[in-house]
Amino acid sequence: MNLTLRIWRQHGPEDKGRMVTYPVQDVSPDMSFLEMLDVLNERLILDGEEPVAFDHDCREGICGACSLMINGEAHGPQRGTTACQLHMRQFSDGDTIDIEPWRARAFPVVKDLVVNRNAFDQIIAAGGYVTAPTGSAPEAHSVPVPKADADAAFSSAACIGCGACVAACPNGSGMLFTAAKITQLSLLPQGQPERYTRVIGMVDAHDEAGFGGCTNVGECASACPKGIPLNTIGRLNRDYLKATAKRSGTPGS
Amino acid sequence: MAVTGIILVLFLIAHMLGNLKIFTGETSFDHYAHWLRDIGTPLLPTTWFLWIQRAALTVAVLAHIGAAVVLAKRSRAARPVPYAHRRKIHVNYAARTMRWGGVIILLFVIYHILDLTTGHLNPQGDPANPYGNVVADFAPERWYVTLFYTLALVTLGFHLRHGAFSAFRSLGQQTPKGERRARIAALVFAVALVGGYLLVPFAVITGLVA
Repeated sequence: MNLTLRIWRQHGPEDKGRMVTYPVQDVSPDMSFLEMLDVLNERLILDGEEPVAFDHDCREGICGACSLMINGEAHGPQRGTTACQLHMRQFSDGDTIDIEPWRARAFPVVKDLVVNRNAFDQIIAAGGYVTAPTGSAPEAHSVPVPKADADAAFSSAACIGCGACVAACPNGSGMLFTAAKITQLSLLPQGQPERYTRVIGMVDAHDEAGFGGCTNVGECASACPKGIPLNTIGRLNRDYLKATAKRSGTPGS
Repeated sequence: MAVTGIILVLFLIAHMLGNLKIFTGETSFDHYAHWLRDIGTPLLPTTWFLWIQRAALTVAVLAHIGAAVVLAKRSRAARPVPYAHRRKIHVNYAARTMRWGGVIILLFVIYHILDLTTGHLNPQGDPANPYGNVVADFAPERWYVTLFYTLALVTLGFHLRHGAFSAFRSLGQQTPKGERRARIAALVFAVALVGGYLLVPFAVITGLVA
């Protein structure tokens, strides 16, 4: 396959950046998308040019490092997979492929296709964990958890924090990520004591990081490589409403 | 958004049901229209209830627009550099048209008040004869009025379809099964409301109501 790539090149955070066109020859349909970029980079290095910087780590869809907007779709045209799991057989000979970084004020571009996703860490730091040291796994029968709750918590825990939800959202909102973390903890017994302070803290951190507001469009859930369902945002909203109605800090309230 | 939207939706339901009184005949419809001015009497002086309701609706509309402006501004600020290649939103057409749809609905509401409340843009504009005003307004030779009315209401239907679902979600609808129900309920509600409103001009233009 011969392809034309149009890739966002930006030397650093202060550079304005631009789309640059690169022809790529003899791409195998069995290559992964990132391998195709590796081939391009090897050629750029041989030619003495600066290779394209892009985030990647596990290359099997579990680390959440890869973050490519491919033809305007987060992680490319295939549903339920990350960019590293995308194969070139999804494209045809002669295609022009646009590759851009995630676009959000909260995710500033570091270089080329690499963005800084520290804003997600700030949201987690604002309450996305259980404060008490829980030690090793307890006896499974000591704290019963309804199967449906465990399943829903698990499907939310599948979030790999890649940021595709923010990239796909027309509002640049990180609500699906925040809601996945909230849901995962609020459905399990360990998450209960801090349930309502957590939701306030995480939503505040989300807003302070410069993400947009959620308008329930649903683009996030359709772009999510892990299939985090949109209804997690409803769980977040309900917890948030309860949290704002509660009088916190009063013992027994 | 959700709370002010619900207030406006309650008004829309009452207004739509009131409009359907046109099928009960001229006397009944005019009687209903005049009764609207007398609601609350003798506790309240004539038209006071109407003005309280108008004030409440204006506050709700302004708060609704205010919330929308805040969301739109945040949305714009959240993505300072746009995508060079932006795929159109394919999940939800209704969600895509919320902002401009809202602007169209606002312009329509202004026109609608000048037309059938104050009568300035109505060919008859007689406050004593609301039935006659409606019939004159949607007369077949004024087809463009019916066309604009229809377009505005279809826009309202899209707005309500996403708006109603979104309100359920904002107020804490949280299960996948409930989401399917909320989406169906929002669609049925939007179609029923728009259908109810459109019955009147189409009844006039086809001569069913004359």
